[in-house]
Amino acid sequence: MSRIQTVFSSLKANNKKALIPYITAGDPHPKHTVSILHTLVASGADMIELGIPFSDPMADGPVIQRASERALKHKVGLKIVLEMVQEFRQKDTKTPIILMGYANPIEAMGMEKFTQAAKAAGVDGVLTVDYPPEECKDFIAGLQVNGMDSIFLLSPTSDAARVDLIVNQASGFLYYVSLKGVTGAANLDIDEVKARVAGIRTKTDLPIGVGFGVKDAATAKKVAAIADAVVVGSRMVVAIEQSNEDNLLSNISQLMQELRTAIDA
Amino acid sequence: MQMYDMPDERGHFGQFGGTFVAETLVEALEKLRLMYEKYRHDPEFLAEFAYDLKHFVGRPSPIYFAERWTNKVGGAQIYLKREDLNHTGAHKINNTIGQALLAKRMGKPRVIAETGAGQHGVATATIAARLGLECVVYMGSEDVKRQAPNVFRMKLLGATVVPVESGSKTLKDALNEAMRDWVTNVSNTFYIIGTVAGPHPYPMMVRDFQSVIGTEAKQQMMEMIGRQPDAIIACVGGGSNAMGIFYPYIDVPNVRLIGVEAAGHGLETGMHAAPLTANSPVGVLHGNRTYLMQDADGNIIETHSISAGLDYPGVGPEHAWLKDIKRAEYVAITDDEAMAAFHNLCRTEGIIPALESSHALAHAEKMAKTMRKDEIILVNLSGRGDKDINTVAKLSNITL
Repeated sequence: MSRIQTVFSSLKANNKKALIPYITAGDPHPKHTVSILHTLVASGADMIELGIPFSDPMADGPVIQRASERALKHKVGLKIVLEMVQEFRQKDTKTPIILMGYANPIEAMGMEKFTQAAKAAGVDGVLTVDYPPEECKDFIAGLQVNGMDSIFLLSPTSDAARVDLIVNQASGFLYYVSLKGVTGAANLDIDEVKARVAGIRTKTDLPIGVGFGVKDAATAKKVAAIADAVVVGSRMVVAIEQSNEDNLLSNISQLMQELRTAIDA
Repeated sequence: MQMYDMPDERGHFGQFGGTFVAETLVEALEKLRLMYEKYRHDPEFLAEFAYDLKHFVGRPSPIYFAERWTNKVGGAQIYLKREDLNHTGAHKINNTIGQALLAKRMGKPRVIAETGAGQHGVATATIAARLGLECVVYMGSEDVKRQAPNVFRMKLLGATVVPVESGSKTLKDALNEAMRDWVTNVSNTFYIIGTVAGPHPYPMMVRDFQSVIGTEAKQQMMEMIGRQPDAIIACVGGGSNAMGIFYPYIDVPNVRLIGVEAAGHGLETGMHAAPLTANSPVGVLHGNRTYLMQDADGNIIETHSISAGLDYPGVGPEHAWLKDIKRAEYVAITDDEAMAAFHNLCRTEGIIPALESSHALAHAEKMAKTMRKDEIILVNLSGRGDKDINTVAKLSNITL
């Protein structure tokens, strides 16, 4: 059983939902990333989405774009991101790490080289935003051979045929995008999300995470009531952006605890 | 001979092209793909398109024998396809009309566009005004500063111009931002992409709408001189004017197709916008796989060209394919070479060419000298240079 599956089944056994924070690797500075990862786990993260910085993050809103820009100022490329995961794994062998990013950095490294290096570093799953399943069959196979999950997005506009196609290619969990827009966009409509998630459940046993519009603890609580995992990205990056070196880890920890409490309540 | 038949059903030109977008855009692209399939051979749609090209744009654009320039250069005879004479001053309007007519059929009241130099933005604002559509144009904040007259033209035409502050603040970032807008407003918005890039069906659709250039040229050359040219030369940023003139000639033997990229300060300096000529690696950006200027980590690097319209780190996937199958050749021309050709055409022919097109002209000068006097070069003069007079004046240290 993969680390992602293990976490979901143990949460399910305890009647709990997964909290998945997102950070961009190298934001605000590469020296902080591994400490941030450990802080996220210590303050309630069940798994972590680690963003690979990219110069042209088309699906991201301004908050995560700025995180990429900060990381790229320090030349944090995919190779360095994998080194960070490896360092994190020396102390934490349980918490799943899901890399989230765009196709080009992966293709620049080479698909085969990447899947092997990611496995060696201790990556558990990969979500490549601009790889729809029909364009990345070899990549899915490469991840599978190396024991990693292929996480895919589902959106409010994905029709029934699309959902069928994606749930058959995905493993680990499904990531439902809660609104039409980029990361960190306007408020999500919880009733619509609820109906969509219920629809997806009729087609798959995979856990379903919801993200893209979870702005606060109250929203996280509502999402947790209908999904298996709550993904918090832009809000987490805002906390990082608004911190200085001294209060960075404590601010992250505080936000995480608020979210955790709300989700568990 | 097997007829050229690209792309495949999913927009692949060999390994290039495709649909590399987030799931949030898949449905919109699928709808567009089906809509375009429905209308691309529809007589009524094509008739409306042809009517607008004739009566609104002023097509067919003439072919002109640049005799004085030919004599000055010495060598092959150089003919110009006069896209500069189109309404709004460039080839861009052909495509915006095609896409806007589709938007109308899809019932979308709002169109968006990205623009670099502003020509595509102006062409989109123009057709939006004519059809009564709301129009928002994304433009890098650097380009907003460099291209003030075009920004004002768009506003006169009723468009909203949104300066883009992210990334390098140029064309590629404007495209990112337009995509973000589209994802958010997908239900009421049609995204009019200005070049043969982006996810399928854009590269094919834009090529088809622009292929009126080559289709006309084929007929006009026969009428004028009774034969087809030995070489066709066009500048390539994303590559829409080049695909427009190349496409109808792909199956015509013995016509060399030559795309001219921007060498900027020189390929050896790294400050250029010539992914094909500089042998950049293959990558994925803006929804398609193509040759891309990037660093070792796969991040897109900043490009340089005197001409904002060529200042793009990628290139349309069909050009990548034509390069690989060796049906087209790609070369690069520096800022200085383009400027020299710009002045030559002004002085010998009374035509002020766009800086983009000046790259094609500069290569025509180079090539013509190596060819016989009975050989023929056809250059796609893709736009006029009125928009560039501030840039040229500044380079000559003249204050207007």
